[in-house]
Amino acid sequence: MITVENLTKRYGPHPAVDDVSFQCEPGTVTGFLGPNGAGKSTTMRMICGLTTPTAGRATVAGHPYQDLPNPGREVGVLLDASAQHAGRTGREALTLSAYTMGLDRREVAAKLDLVGLNAVAAKRRVRAYSLGMRQRLGLAHALLGDPRVLILDEPANGLDPEGIFWMRGLLRDFADRGGTVLLSSHLLREVEAVADRLVVIGGGRIVAQGDKNELLAGGGTVVRARDDAALRRALETAGLTAADSTDGLLVQADAEAVGQAAADAGVALAELRPASGGGLEQLFLTLTAGESTKEAVR
Amino acid sequence: MTTTTAPASGLVAPRHHTPVRRPSLLRLTGVELRKLADTRAGRWLLITIGLVVVAIVTLLLIYAEDSEQTFFTFFVTSLLPVNVLLPVLGILSITSEWSQRTALTTYALVPRRERVVAAKLIAVVLAALASVLVTLAIASVGTLVASATGGAGTWRVDAALIVNAAIVQVAGVLMGAAFGLLLLNPPLAIVGYLLLPTLWSVLGELVRPLRGAAGWLDTSRTMEPLFTSHVTGEQWGRLVVSLLVWMVLPLAAGLFRTLRREVS
Repeated sequence: MITVENLTKRYGPHPAVDDVSFQCEPGTVTGFLGPNGAGKSTTMRMICGLTTPTAGRATVAGHPYQDLPNPGREVGVLLDASAQHAGRTGREALTLSAYTMGLDRREVAAKLDLVGLNAVAAKRRVRAYSLGMRQRLGLAHALLGDPRVLILDEPANGLDPEGIFWMRGLLRDFADRGGTVLLSSHLLREVEAVADRLVVIGGGRIVAQGDKNELLAGGGTVVRARDDAALRRALETAGLTAADSTDGLLVQADAEAVGQAAADAGVALAELRPASGGGLEQLFLTLTAGESTKEAVR
Repeated sequence: MTTTTAPASGLVAPRHHTPVRRPSLLRLTGVELRKLADTRAGRWLLITIGLVVVAIVTLLLIYAEDSEQTFFTFFVTSLLPVNVLLPVLGILSITSEWSQRTALTTYALVPRRERVVAAKLIAVVLAALASVLVTLAIASVGTLVASATGGAGTWRVDAALIVNAAIVQVAGVLMGAAFGLLLLNPPLAIVGYLLLPTLWSVLGELVRPLRGAAGWLDTSRTMEPLFTSHVTGEQWGRLVVSLLVWMVLPLAAGLFRTLRREVS
């Protein structure tokens, strides 16, 4: 369980995070989406007590992060896979943390195994790791203390498609067993497959949040018929508003209502499907286009 | 005992824990001691400290007058080069967390940063004390060799000298750590540590009105008496004042800065 209440962080006059509130429930995967520089990482660092918020608060498992007696046993954190000592071996990096948390040394081998870093890789220095291997090591590190909450910043970065697929399975499984997952990404498609809920942030503010299916379904239905005029009349009769789009008419209603309206009027349909991504995708594209320039500023 | 966990099948079970205890300071100190030696750079720094002592003692055995080849000479001569290297150990222990960005992991696991800093300080103090033991051991070997090869090989040494040596080395490593805490950047802290007190020494020599102050603030001067076994009250006073300025002050300011700094 993660609760974020009105978190705000200002650097000088520039608000990096502005009044952000959301909740992550046990048993769910929350996708934290936004273009680079939107405030995702800053928000996550504030949740983990690494950055002091200007205003607002965050709790993990009901407590402010700083008050967790042994945070690694409650929350698995992966904020930056590259933030490892280049001169330590992968195994040594995990061993230090296992010792800090008071874990059995066997956990290190078990977690290395779990993320697919074999004995040879574990003995190599992190300097020689690819980004994908660092992500796997970071994931092993986050899972080391068998936490109930995972906070992962861009964990798919650098993973190959097989690795991304594997990670999705791991996170899904973690959540299905009652765990709470918050993972960020700047790619909608990347989290779409695994997230139950989405929180979309742009320019430091939350621009959309809610159930993934609801958010993605918000786009309406695309419908097409050979007799375009008849279809328009049928929709009008049914009281549905239709707008032109590149590949047919975009109707703000679900597919069932649109199909029924067409059937009632005896119009044969050539295509009927939910608009892909719809509003959210459009919103996300707008955000990415508008905000990516801000990345350079911070 | 329940069944053991996590086969490699990719299952991760979030478990319910019995109340988790926070890591003790002893445990954190153990982690920090391990960090001093678990990278190539750290390990070589420690090895270098030992090798320097071996080199000094060997040189003395070859070139020093027979009458000079005593335990006292071996020990005291070795203290100074070690005293140059130990602060680097203190600096790197603190600053590598920031330069290698491991602070992100360290402070996520132990959000009470002052506990990590305390553990680091204890660890480097233990390392400094260990260096004194190593110096004593190597000086002993040198003395044995000296008496076998015609050197004086006398063992006479005041216990107070050994205590003073420990004070000098601990002060050195803590001064380094203090500079590290304050500047949080390895090259900056090393240069700052080496340069500032030296600048003081030069200024103290050049500028007449500063000469009096330098006697109280130049650590290279205030520590000098500790390389003998007799230190007067005033000399202790000068040492304390200089350490207040070059150790306690940066330590306090550095702690303040480290506790508040954004980790990213």
